[in-house]
Amino acid sequence: MPPQLLLATAALLPFLGSAAVICLPGHARNAAALLAGLVMVAALACIGLLYPAVAGADSIAWSLDWLPSLGVQIVLRLDGLSWLFAVLVLGIGALVVLYARYYMAAEDPVPRLFCYLLAFVGAMLGIVLSGNLIQLVVFWELTSIVSFLLIGYWSDNASARDGARMALTITAAGGLCLFVGMVLIGQIVGSYDLSVVLASGDAIRSSPLYLPALVLVLAGALTKSAQFPFHIWLPRAMAAPTPISAYLHSATMVKAGIFLMIRFWPVLAGTESWYWIVGTAGMVTMLVGAWSAIFQHDLKGLLAYSTISHLGLITLLLGLDSPLAVVAAIFHTVNHATFKASLFMAAGIIDHETGTRDMRRLSGLWRAMPYTATLAMVAAAAMAGVPLLNGFLSKEMFLAEAVDNAGDHLLNLALPVLATLASAFTMLYSVRFIRQTFFGPAPHDLPHAPHEPVRWMRIPIEFLVFVCIAIGLVPNLTIGPVLAEAVRAVLGARTPDYDLAIWHGFNAPLALSVVALLGGVALYVAFGRRINANPRGGPWLMDRLDGGRLFERAMTGLVTGARGLEEHLGSERLQVQLRILFLTVLLAAVMAGAARGLDLFAPGKSTDFDPAFALMWLVGAACAVGAAERAKYHRLSATIFVGGAGLVSCLTFLWLSAPDLAVTQILVEIVTTVLLLLGLRWLPKRDAAIPAPASEAARARRRRIIDLGIAGFAGLGLAGLAYAVMTRPAVDGIARWFVEEAYPKAGGRNVVNVLLVDFRAFDTLGEICVLGIVGLTVFALLRRFRPASDSLERPRQQVSHDAYDATRAGRSPGDTAADALLVPRVVMTWLFPFIVLLALHLFLRGHDLPGGGFAGGIALTIAFMLQYMAQGAEWVEARLRIQPIAWIGIGLLIAVLAGAGSWLFGRPFLTASFAYWEPPLLGKVPVASALLFDLGIMVLVVGASALMLVALAHQSLRRTRSAEAEAERVAEGETA
Amino acid sequence: MELVLSLGIGVFAASGIWLMLRPRTFQVVLGISLLSYAVNLFIFAMGRLTVGAPPVLGAAAEVVSVDDPVPQALVLTALVIGFALTALFLVVLLAARGVTGSDHVDGREPHQAEPRPETPHP
Repeated sequence: MPPQLLLATAALLPFLGSAAVICLPGHARNAAALLAGLVMVAALACIGLLYPAVAGADSIAWSLDWLPSLGVQIVLRLDGLSWLFAVLVLGIGALVVLYARYYMAAEDPVPRLFCYLLAFVGAMLGIVLSGNLIQLVVFWELTSIVSFLLIGYWSDNASARDGARMALTITAAGGLCLFVGMVLIGQIVGSYDLSVVLASGDAIRSSPLYLPALVLVLAGALTKSAQFPFHIWLPRAMAAPTPISAYLHSATMVKAGIFLMIRFWPVLAGTESWYWIVGTAGMVTMLVGAWSAIFQHDLKGLLAYSTISHLGLITLLLGLDSPLAVVAAIFHTVNHATFKASLFMAAGIIDHETGTRDMRRLSGLWRAMPYTATLAMVAAAAMAGVPLLNGFLSKEMFLAEAVDNAGDHLLNLALPVLATLASAFTMLYSVRFIRQTFFGPAPHDLPHAPHEPVRWMRIPIEFLVFVCIAIGLVPNLTIGPVLAEAVRAVLGARTPDYDLAIWHGFNAPLALSVVALLGGVALYVAFGRRINANPRGGPWLMDRLDGGRLFERAMTGLVTGARGLEEHLGSERLQVQLRILFLTVLLAAVMAGAARGLDLFAPGKSTDFDPAFALMWLVGAACAVGAAERAKYHRLSATIFVGGAGLVSCLTFLWLSAPDLAVTQILVEIVTTVLLLLGLRWLPKRDAAIPAPASEAARARRRRIIDLGIAGFAGLGLAGLAYAVMTRPAVDGIARWFVEEAYPKAGGRNVVNVLLVDFRAFDTLGEICVLGIVGLTVFALLRRFRPASDSLERPRQQVSHDAYDATRAGRSPGDTAADALLVPRVVMTWLFPFIVLLALHLFLRGHDLPGGGFAGGIALTIAFMLQYMAQGAEWVEARLRIQPIAWIGIGLLIAVLAGAGSWLFGRPFLTASFAYWEPPLLGKVPVASALLFDLGIMVLVVGASALMLVALAHQSLRRTRSAEAEAERVAEGETA
Repeated sequence: MELVLSLGIGVFAASGIWLMLRPRTFQVVLGISLLSYAVNLFIFAMGRLTVGAPPVLGAAAEVVSVDDPVPQALVLTALVIGFALTALFLVVLLAARGVTGSDHVDGREPHQAEPRPETPHP
């Protein structure tokens, strides 16, 4: 396979594996582990095969255009550094999969764990292989999210949830900073391509944007790598299953921050700000982490703080402005990953086999599990930096750097002392870990009797410990070439001479190392008992400073503050919200008008004044004002006034050459009015005679004045705007094209209809969907409708009619109501076929003359509605079953199929075509496929509007039925 | 004509906005109706006013000076959607009135402190 393909395969495999694993059943522990392991090994093989392509060469890349308009590409880029990290991620990943198979209990949803794990591997590979800054940030955030899922894997555990949330909050916030930082770097360089950025170090460092970019990028790196003061999330992330802690929170994810700092070391480092930020953060983290680790009673807690301390050490190395320190940093990253992962796994085994991780309860496990104890001891020795192990080599390099850099800065002067102190602390907690857990008297009352774990569970530790020893003994034969490639990828021409030998002769670093080792043991001998008896478990001097509690308090404060703001600045009241909304719009309009200097009364064209038109609008305005005045206490007359206003607007359409609008408006007006009338029945009685409380009167008055001002001002503004536009000459827009092409292209003479069903048919499809959805929503709302108690009584007229009927001989209750308006009702009943005919007429002629699907549909609804009004719902439904929901479905189906039909001819969706057809008697008529689409519109409009009206009309029946049911129940009760 | 129509639009909009700012749901429904008339007329007027030239081509389909069809097409669907909006809002207000017992837009009378707790549906 070509290298590029191998690279893409390696990057893609984990995601595919993740998707595949989640499809397995919940108990498929073996299958999930096998699949995950195979994916890891296969991806590792891909990366491994690429080594010859990377060694000695620059880098290989594979790219794909992602957002070409923004210059963003997906680039996979492999060089020595990313090769080393990719191997770490995949190699330790494979071992963790094997370990997790035996660690996880059968009742855990194991496929979910492996799904997340593989997704994490994919994201991590994405970071190290990214050749584009934006892409890197995307994968960076992905690791934060997957880490959240993994920490919260046991989601029924409160501390797991809290830990997951804290980790996500801190690392994702850092990720956002990183994103901005990367955008800044991209702005400075003019490219998001990593290779270009890496070549522009001088431009970046000399840019005025350098400091903000640096701070933001470091905010991302330091939060991810748990540097002080962001380190608080890492100990709490230990609520994750131990394989996850071993993998994410010591070997890989926290190294993403380190990777980022190494990657950008050539372009960002070498300045005072880098030195102070990174150096100080690393130094403080190293000391605080080591100090805190000493006092932990929990095995995983100790390892977590130790991880923080080692991450601090690596960061400190990167902060020193020295190429050799970078070599040491990369080397220690690898070493730390090997010994810390094996220690976590050993701690997991202890927890698994004894049931506790508390060092005060554990002791003497040497007897029960000598094999595991030996492995853990070797790993702990590597961590402490005992000679002949890999930790010793990188720690020597670190101490050498500490000594060499002493001099020019205050930080450097303290460096050898503090570095030795941290090493001594490391020795102290390593000794304590081994001594407390494996030696001493035999353990008693442990949850389980301790014994060696299954063979397979030890294999990952054995392998990692073997690596520790191999690197420690023969560094030049094992890690040497790979490290050289990684260093060369970072430093290029600045690559220093270095020697990985075990023995450098008697020199200052060796002396410091010996001091640290002996000092650590001495400290343990002196203070070990008191540390073990430390009741609170917090570190001395620092146990009052609980970062986690501060974080929680800050989060609570944030929520409380937000609530307070919402309470003071926001309102739940609709009137207030609407008032603010209208005022904002008004303000925006005034500002826009002031900015553009809008001249409302520029002399322009106007049509001739017609007194009849003015008179009509006088009536219209009176109707609108009347409706506004009557709406509170006289709903029926207000409804009539609104209808009057609608009628005026309908006549205006007719007057001003919009017959289609006039037809549709009048039909819509009818159904809207009926709808409002149906609703009136369920509204509470409102009586002007009931006075408002005196305290309210003044406030109500003030509100009315304000509202009147808003309304008047808005109306004036809209009127002015309308006048200003209307008197200006029309812009030669798209209208002409539509008018010219309506007949030749779509075979229709009614341009408005052609626009709706042909040129802009896709919009119309969306609108009829909305209409259908609204119809269904209305139906759904009314199914659960529960009228208020005071609208439950029968209407007064009905009661008095029935009372009258009851007193007369030969009449039964309901007769008067049945006799009311008899003649109009007969007429209405007989109108049915004619209105149906009108509806069909409107529909069929729509393409050429005013009409169309919308108008036809509403006309048909009116035909049905008149029957309901004339004869009552029960009478109609006994004779005619309208199924509005089916109409909606069929209408939508017709419209979509009419659109999809054009696919058969290889044309895009909703391409209309037309032809002429000569049926007998009628002559030549154009038949457009748009007619079918229009049919869909009509059917859907009928369904939706009928559904709304019928559903509302049925409420009266429902009430009667429930009253009847009640009466029956009472009657049954009496007979019983 | 322009002056008359623009004043008419202004009066419709003002009445509609006034009603939308009222406390009772039915007032708001009527307000939305009036405001949508105003907005429809406004959009329609953006095509300028033409008397006696509907955008319907003659029998020979020759292109003559006709009114702008684009605002008309926009308004046509707006009319139907406006009906749906009125229906939806009416039903929501009826349901809210059933649940809260009040036809105030906030679901409670102004002097009531908290909305009435919802009782389970029978």
